[in-house]
Amino acid sequence: MDLKKRSMLKLGTLSALAAAAAVVGCSKTEAPAPTAAAPAASAAAPAPKAEPLKVAFAYVGPVGDGGWTFAHDNGRKAVEKEFGDKIKTSFVENVPESADAERVLRDMVGQGNKLVFGTTFGYMEPMLKVAKDHADVKFEHATGYKSAENLRAYDSRTYEGAYMAGVVAGKMTKTNTLGVVGSIPIPEVVRNINSFTLGAQSVNPKVKTKVVWVGDWFNPPKETEAATSLINGGADVLMQNTDSSAVLQTAEKMGKRAFGWDSDMSSYGPKAHLGSAVINWAPYYVSTVREALEGKWKTSPTKLWWGVKEGAIDFVSPAADVPDETKKRLDEIKAGLKDGSFVIWKGPIADNAGKEVLAKDKAADDAFLGGINFYVKGVEGKVPGGDKK
Amino acid sequence: MDSYALLVAATLSAGTVLALASLGLLVNEKAGIVNLGAEGMMLCAAIAGFATVVHTGNDWLGFAAGMAAGAVLAAAFGALTIWLNTNQYATGLALSLFGAGFSAFVGIGYVQEKLPPRPQFSVPVLGDTPLLGPALFQQHPLVYFAIALAAWLIWFLYRSRAGLVLRSVGESPSSAHALGYPVRWIRLAAVIAGGALCGLAGAYLSVIYTPLWIEGMVAGKGWIALALTTFGTWRPARVLLGAYLFGGVTMLQFHLQGTGIDVPSQFLTMLPYLATILVLALISRNPAWIRVNMPASLGKPFYPGS
Repeated sequence: MDLKKRSMLKLGTLSALAAAAAVVGCSKTEAPAPTAAAPAASAAAPAPKAEPLKVAFAYVGPVGDGGWTFAHDNGRKAVEKEFGDKIKTSFVENVPESADAERVLRDMVGQGNKLVFGTTFGYMEPMLKVAKDHADVKFEHATGYKSAENLRAYDSRTYEGAYMAGVVAGKMTKTNTLGVVGSIPIPEVVRNINSFTLGAQSVNPKVKTKVVWVGDWFNPPKETEAATSLINGGADVLMQNTDSSAVLQTAEKMGKRAFGWDSDMSSYGPKAHLGSAVINWAPYYVSTVREALEGKWKTSPTKLWWGVKEGAIDFVSPAADVPDETKKRLDEIKAGLKDGSFVIWKGPIADNAGKEVLAKDKAADDAFLGGINFYVKGVEGKVPGGDKK
Repeated sequence: MDSYALLVAATLSAGTVLALASLGLLVNEKAGIVNLGAEGMMLCAAIAGFATVVHTGNDWLGFAAGMAAGAVLAAAFGALTIWLNTNQYATGLALSLFGAGFSAFVGIGYVQEKLPPRPQFSVPVLGDTPLLGPALFQQHPLVYFAIALAAWLIWFLYRSRAGLVLRSVGESPSSAHALGYPVRWIRLAAVIAGGALCGLAGAYLSVIYTPLWIEGMVAGKGWIALALTTFGTWRPARVLLGAYLFGGVTMLQFHLQGTGIDVPSQFLTMLPYLATILVLALISRNPAWIRVNMPASLGKPFYPGS
């Protein structure tokens, strides 16, 4: 999933002031000294019997980003709560997707961590390198596609949450125009935009979706501007695949509706909020740590892609004015995703040029989902760079 | 046509953050001091303003807190560069980095906080006129303040005695010193005023424009404001124009994307920077003008008596 995540560290470069920005950029790599922060509360006293399993997390952003890294850290906390003094967790924030990542990862191993989570796409190569040198340590890489003897990749099916948001959006829109604020045009994000639209079309065939790209994972002012322009262009229900709650708050300010993303954002915009498509990393982290503790951990050639079925994805806090039939439909979708009877990406599906991309009754496999670079029918415009293949 | 009126409204609102900050930096630079700490000051002001509004519910107290935060940081910067003669560029960069880190540290507890419902503003009578009303007269008071500030600065810098003294301190500090003006204090006052305005911009961002606090949320606007003072050749009207131009082209490129035109979004993302630099460079294409407008002692330290 490509370029994942977080160009937070490159916020400075945005400024286009090459000199000044370059300084910010490189200082950011130095500023967060990789001291293992936040010792586990429960690990203060030395364990009397078995040594606790040491688990480390490398984060690309700050825990306080309220989005991506925040969600991962909630997963870490859940692990601590679950296993108490049997484990000892630590994390390092603001680890850039650069040579520094390898240094931090080696440092984690040096400190005796036996299970290491890297939570951004850009850590893939450094993790592979470090994993090769430390066969006794287990590595877990979020959103990657490569694996090794002691390295496994994992991810979340965020598009399932996007689909459910779409079902609500299709029901609630009055103008039949939905708006999506996209971050970086990679398959993951395009898939979410498409799934959102498919969900909306399932209850309202007339909807169309406008997309605006901000070119950033995290840039609240730009997200605000993008949301404003979508609303000005006639969209009355907004969705975003960016990290902050700025889109929701813009909708709140302008009297329109929107969704939360990554975490429950209902408190940010009580009037605008229609529900939140959330990622819950806790089930995966708890299960992985349990495997490691019980000696059952083993690698997997393909990434472990968890969704509603495994409790990793959910749609929460639907607004009070969402009709009961829609809420019931959401429950049906969740139940269907859980038992496998419901498939979101199932033909016939055509792209917005009218070409059939998925034949009737054919369900998309993960390889298809991983490479989506077209808009489905109903989404306006063209995927930036979507032509080259 | 209605959507173009909305585009104008969004432009005014988007340009205001940049206008406030870059006009502040203009005052600063007219006194001969370059403060690269704008981004850091705006971040600290953003959290100061946001936290104040969370606790008091009063936006105006929030703006005051933001201005105070910007002014305090600027005062520290001023003390270092004007009295201890540290390098202005290095000190400014340090201030930016410090501000980014410090605001994140202070702001940890506010990441998920929210503000009370945001007020709506409308100028009586004018706000109800069709088309123009929503575009021009339903903005936050600070939007009009930014325009008034630019107008006042034109008068202040070029028509008032105090403005003349301020400029002389930036052009030729030794002459001003010889005439008996307290060069260092005047420079400090200008730096603090600039910091307060950057602070106001930061607070406007976190309280009104994007009503939330998240680490690093200023996202480069401080650097853009710094660039605007230079590309606006240190003239208040051009700096203001540059701010709206940047805001306007940003909004326009989103608007174009939303209408589904077939231009790569990466190109459109670049457009605001390109267009602003191009237009401002064209306006001041005569290099002599830049030299005339640029404070002669900009960035140079001043040691009285040496």
